[in-house]
Amino acid sequence: MEKIVFYILAFAMLSFSLMSVLSQRLLRSAVYLFGMLASIAGFYFLIGYHFLGAVQLTVYAGGIVVLIIFSILLTHEIDYKMERPSWLRAGAAGIVCLGGAAMMLHLLSTSPFTRVEAPERSDLNTLGELLLTPGDGGYLLPFELISILLLAAMIGAIVIAKHHLAGNENQENKTL
Amino acid sequence: MIPGVSLLEILTVSTLMFFIGVYGFVTRRNLITILMSLELVLNGAAINFVAFNKYLYPGQPAGQFFTLFLIAVAAAEVALAIAIVINLYRRIKSVEVENVNTLKH
Repeated sequence: MEKIVFYILAFAMLSFSLMSVLSQRLLRSAVYLFGMLASIAGFYFLIGYHFLGAVQLTVYAGGIVVLIIFSILLTHEIDYKMERPSWLRAGAAGIVCLGGAAMMLHLLSTSPFTRVEAPERSDLNTLGELLLTPGDGGYLLPFELISILLLAAMIGAIVIAKHHLAGNENQENKTL
Repeated sequence: MIPGVSLLEILTVSTLMFFIGVYGFVTRRNLITILMSLELVLNGAAINFVAFNKYLYPGQPAGQFFTLFLIAVAAAEVALAIAIVINLYRRIKSVEVENVNTLKH
């Protein structure tokens, strides 16, 4: 049963990502990206990491895709169609990517992975405790760094997206 | 572990997704679609972290934390990139890569 679900999810992931990369319509491409992210969340649920699946759904599928769709709607017409990449560029990129994928798959299939047997610790209590443990297997420092990074990114995004600087507001309003 | 699914199958899916993202990154000429291809690449890497955590090191949830931080960094990155894209559109009325040839305004 899980095997069938995994194959369905893998097919959905790969086909959605291919369509997202190949589609000529910008908005459809974003919707395919949403499908891809949602099926990855399904994969996380299937593998048993429920917290990660929930975060993937809320932050990625809920937040980032909405942000991308907003930016598409702000900068393009709704049925905007992109031109196809030239055959030379598409062919060269395809050959490079196929070669890279073949090499990676060969390396993966020949490398010996050894499993370190241990009782599984992936419930939400363990995650929460480790996220607030300083030192010795804890993740307090990266957690705080991420929060500072998010704050900095938020301020930076506001400053960049702000059109008028405080000084020359009137002047720029006239030119618009 | 997912019963009946080996580690190699998951890694195959994530590798293919990574290189589909690289293909989109190279062929697309629009800044927003380049950003979307980048999401594919990041998600391929995130699947790898999760699969290695689940199959090889079930005792330490390090892979889950890396994926968690990766999602947070991706959110910050997308917010900044979209601020830049919208500002660029205000200035030159285009988000195609060919038309972006200066960083000064």
